[in-house]
Amino acid sequence: MIKAILIFNNHGKPRLSKFYQRYSEDTQQQIIRETFHLVSKRDENVCNFLEGGLLIGGSDNKLIYRHYATLYFVFCVDSSESELGILDLIQVNLLDMGYAHCFYYICTYFFSLIFYVHNILAEMVMGGMVLETNMNEIVTQIDAQNKLEKSEAGLAGAPARAVSAVKNMNLPEIPRNINIGDISIKVPNLPTFK
Amino acid sequence: MALKMVKGSIDRMFDKNLQDLVRGIRNHKEDEAKYISQCIDEIKQELKQDNIAVKANAVCKLTYLQMLGYDISWAAFNIIEVMSASKFTFKRIGYLAASQCFHEGTDVIMLTTNQIRKDLSSPNQYDTGVALTGLSCFVTPDLARDLANDIMTLMSHTKPYIRKKAVLIMYKVFLKYPESLRPAFPRLKEKLEDPDPGVQSAAVNVICELARRNPKNYLSLAPLFFKLMTSSTNNWVLIKIIKLFGALTPLEPRLGKKLIEPLTNLIHRYVWQILLCSLRTVLISLSSGMPNHSASIQLCVQKLRILIEDSDQNLKYLGLLAMSKILKTHPKSVQSHKDLILQCLDDKDESIRLRALDLLYGMVSKKNLMEIVKKLMIHVDKAEGTTYRDELLTKIIDICSQSNYQYITNFEWYISILVELTRLEGTRHGHLIAAQMLDVAIRVKAIRKFAVSQMAMLLDNAHLIASNTQRNGICEVLYAAAWICGEFSEHLEEANQTLEAMLRPKVTTLPGHIQAVYVQNMVKLYASILQQKEQAGDKEAAQEITQLMIERLPQFVQSADLEVQERASCILQLIKYIQKLQVKEVPVAEEVIALFAGELNPVAPKAQKKVPVPEGLDLDAWINEPPSDSESEDEKPKTIFHDEEQRHSKPRHPEMDEEELARRREARKQEQANNPFYIKSSPSPQKRYQDTPGVEHIPVVQIDLSVPLKVPGMPMSDQYVKLEEERRHKQKLEKDKKKKKQKKEKRGKHHRHNSLHTESEEDIAPAHRVDIITEEMPENALPSDEDDKDPNDPYKALDIDLDKPLADSEKLPVQRHRNAEALKTPDSEAPPVEKKSKKPKKKEKKHKEKEKDKGKKKEKEKKVVEEEEEKKKSSKHKKKKHKKEKEEKSKDKKKSKKKHHHSEEEVVESVQNGTLDDEPLPTYDIQGNLQNDSQVTVSVIFENKSTSFLKSMELNVLDSLNTKMLRPEGSSVHDGIPVPFQLPPGISNEAQFVFTLQSIVMAQKLKGTLSFIVKNDEGSTHEKLDFKLHFSCASYLITTPCYSDAFAKLLESGDLHMSSIKVDGISISFQHLLAKICFHHHFSVVERVDSCASMYSRSIQGHHVCLLVKKGENSVSIDGKCSDPTLLSNLLDEMKETLSTC
Repeated sequence: MIKAILIFNNHGKPRLSKFYQRYSEDTQQQIIRETFHLVSKRDENVCNFLEGGLLIGGSDNKLIYRHYATLYFVFCVDSSESELGILDLIQVNLLDMGYAHCFYYICTYFFSLIFYVHNILAEMVMGGMVLETNMNEIVTQIDAQNKLEKSEAGLAGAPARAVSAVKNMNLPEIPRNINIGDISIKVPNLPTFK
Repeated sequence: MALKMVKGSIDRMFDKNLQDLVRGIRNHKEDEAKYISQCIDEIKQELKQDNIAVKANAVCKLTYLQMLGYDISWAAFNIIEVMSASKFTFKRIGYLAASQCFHEGTDVIMLTTNQIRKDLSSPNQYDTGVALTGLSCFVTPDLARDLANDIMTLMSHTKPYIRKKAVLIMYKVFLKYPESLRPAFPRLKEKLEDPDPGVQSAAVNVICELARRNPKNYLSLAPLFFKLMTSSTNNWVLIKIIKLFGALTPLEPRLGKKLIEPLTNLIHRYVWQILLCSLRTVLISLSSGMPNHSASIQLCVQKLRILIEDSDQNLKYLGLLAMSKILKTHPKSVQSHKDLILQCLDDKDESIRLRALDLLYGMVSKKNLMEIVKKLMIHVDKAEGTTYRDELLTKIIDICSQSNYQYITNFEWYISILVELTRLEGTRHGHLIAAQMLDVAIRVKAIRKFAVSQMAMLLDNAHLIASNTQRNGICEVLYAAAWICGEFSEHLEEANQTLEAMLRPKVTTLPGHIQAVYVQNMVKLYASILQQKEQAGDKEAAQEITQLMIERLPQFVQSADLEVQERASCILQLIKYIQKLQVKEVPVAEEVIALFAGELNPVAPKAQKKVPVPEGLDLDAWINEPPSDSESEDEKPKTIFHDEEQRHSKPRHPEMDEEELARRREARKQEQANNPFYIKSSPSPQKRYQDTPGVEHIPVVQIDLSVPLKVPGMPMSDQYVKLEEERRHKQKLEKDKKKKKQKKEKRGKHHRHNSLHTESEEDIAPAHRVDIITEEMPENALPSDEDDKDPNDPYKALDIDLDKPLADSEKLPVQRHRNAEALKTPDSEAPPVEKKSKKPKKKEKKHKEKEKDKGKKKEKEKKVVEEEEEKKKSSKHKKKKHKKEKEEKSKDKKKSKKKHHHSEEEVVESVQNGTLDDEPLPTYDIQGNLQNDSQVTVSVIFENKSTSFLKSMELNVLDSLNTKMLRPEGSSVHDGIPVPFQLPPGISNEAQFVFTLQSIVMAQKLKGTLSFIVKNDEGSTHEKLDFKLHFSCASYLITTPCYSDAFAKLLESGDLHMSSIKVDGISISFQHLLAKICFHHHFSVVERVDSCASMYSRSIQGHHVCLLVKKGENSVSIDGKCSDPTLLSNLLDEMKETLSTC
């Protein structure tokens, strides 16, 4: 079971948090802080597994994380998940999908994309269990849902879109296309999972 | 209309959207809290508007704020509003917000039920999908119950997208509503073979999660998974399946054999990944399948070594992880890689170092313990960062103390290691060290002298340790030091000096509880000094020391800590009194020392729990009748069998008034005061302790004082290591000499044998014949691991047998119209009742209450089960005792009949043929198997009463037509089953055998033989022992609780046969009588009214047995009703026999 998925930046500011067990808001923040504290003091070229988070779960649990650019992607899992598998999930499904490239922007400027990431996670992991690992399938479903959303907005959505376009105009280099499929980030030495 | 919409959205343009909010937060770094509270006010305004888009926007912002740690539960209702929007865009926002902040405590969650149900059946698959995803995060027991059926239907939806989500969410539903597992399981099983790989993977996922907690219920799925494993190409599925097999193989050894081939194939296909994920399974299968396959394990370990040496840290970590799994099964093969592991301790990565530490724990042996600990000590010195150092410290202690100090050959060395550890700065684990010191000093008698000298040194240097009380961790060791010096003060050489050290003014800066121990133990010290001086006739010195105490104690009397103050002032008065006596030249030492006479015994932590409940003591019975509820008072007890019992029932006791109560209390007090047994003087533990042979006879070796004891601040353990090495060397030389001698004697006859002889661990004899006193347990305690289980484990509820066919009552609740006649409620009545109660309308409203009730009921059930277990345990002890007594009586070669506790009918007739003293005497207990309606498990306890060693025991039973012993596949009916252990003299052990039966209505006897080899000094002989196993009918019954309404219904149903008996001459109390029936015949009391009681039990094949027990003046009559007349009459006969002995 996956207990939680956390994304936070180099300063420990949460960019996305998803807990599959109930914790109060305060505890959630404590967990994020503790995890950040544990993860941030590790060197770049050490292993991606970490034991010893006290708040979430205890001894059975592990933190599996990846650090990319300014963001940390942390999965907190218990012993029934395979370490390499989860690492692969972060790698292939979250980073290689092209999000890595624009994650910085997603989470700092282009905010409604937070929901976009939530939607991806929802297709990938459900209630703490891995739902789908096939990237193409996930992308198809997400696209279909976005299309549906767009068609619903229709006429009424137009002015809002225009305003938000104006609001965002002066921002530099907003990635236009978030589904950049051909960008792949090389990760050294990690044996491919498939 | 369109214009209005556009206008609405133009208004909206100027509302803040999420982007603006986040940007705003960034721009208001200084007054973030203020800005956010402003935003929340705005959001509240927005939520009040009718426009759903505005609301959705607000909820969107709230979700972001929730992530930042703000509580948004106040908006729960608005979130539900957004969830119920018709547009997918808003719905999605609503469900996301709900999944982030709803939980079981959210009260409005009940309102969502219908909305979710609507969304689940929506034609748009994404509506359904989003509802399922949301529900997976906030499902509650109520939601699970109400929606289980809808989700079940979705499991066979046409779209795989929905199917896989529905399958996955079932796990959450099972967790919250365990009753749904059995009805839903067949469909879940179907999904394992779904054409869509996503659905398949989801089903595997769910079953693996389920099986991880309760593997035994899923054994029957093994063939299916086996097929999946060989055919699937999805790595996720493969890993899950292999993990599942990892859980199943220990339960079914035959699986291991079958798994070897496909697993090796897999290893070839995906070498590393699968190897890493599934090593455990591979190993288990290897070890159980082919015991001599150590070569392949060696191969695995070799490969892992390559992994660990890899430069990639992830692989290194996983290699170590896998290594630790091998270590559990094959420690030998890992131990050869000690160098590598130690090398990993130097790794810069903490995760890897911790893993390596874990491995070390399992790798130590008597031989290398000192070396390893020495290395660790070096690491402790080097380590930066307190967490890692603390981890090292705990590991050192763990390693040394594991399995009862098994690997420590030299306790002096260990004590000095502990003393060295006290020099660690800023550790949190002072109490751990202290606990170890106390433990060793108490349990290893031979070391006390040394320990005391070391502790005295610590006390002397207390200022070093306690110089900074902020790092309070380490000063805990002073607690241990003070106690050890006080308690074992007779070993102290310079008690005066230690006493002075304890009286230093600095001590008052220590934490209160430590000071308290100081105060208490300085009196012990004082007492022993006093005695010394008086014996030496040195009155001056004795008075001096008293004077010193009187001078220094007042500083403790002024302590702010209550405990310290209280003890100190008590003791000060005592010593003043002593001084008075001393002035009069009265010898006081003997009396003072009497204050602390006796020795403390270590008591096992679980000892209290294991004290068996004495027979006839019912802990659940009321001492005084509880005040009855006014409601139930009016209710008349239901008549079940005859009406006549009404007449028997006596009027209630008149309510006692206050005066009466007071009078009785007085009387009781009086009685207690006069009763010498009221405060039961404990049979002093010391006495028993001294009775045990061995303790007194241990040669206490003088400690080699060539080692300087009092060099504060100098690491000393090294010297012990050297000394130990020298000692071992000497020992070896001696041994070699002996060997040479032997060789000469043998003149090369056994060349081979000798060359094989290598130095093994056993060769290292401990330096001291150290007797590690085992912790004390209550007399009849039986070792068992069962009590470690957590009764609150949420997964326990899912431990459900899945192979039984579904009963009618087990259906998922389906929502019906309110006026539907027979409402199917999920709270199916107590298991034995198949009929549904018809309580219309009201029931639905009462749903919630019922749920609560059910919780309570469950608790009760649990209690009953526990009790039962306890009873069984205690009865076993009884049995043993019983046996011993009998044993003595029947030394002459008579047939010794041993009565069984459980039902008097279960009799072992152990027939001796020859040497009685050699027999392992079996006593046994027959238990029905809940999982299988035609199996019983017989637990047999073998006890070796002889002085010889018994091995190769084999138990064989002559099968009857009806009852057969379950033998491993392939063996014939005449083969015996080997008993899986050997019995050294005086040892007893328990083995279990499974029998299958067809009919259970009759009691049966089976003849059997136990063959074994007796091995003693003269050689070994083959012996046999005949016995009879008596399967009484009562042993087929399983205590099943039943509630009076269900019970009444059962009786009314009319398909039960009736029979009755009457036994005269009963003198025991009714309470006692019921307890006896419950205990011996596995019944449970349903209801008791004065001297009548109704009881219930169920056989393993599902026969209901109901009893009405009535007690007259001197007799007892029992009316029974049962679905099988033969079973009933047999049961009643058995009961008659039991009762007639009362």
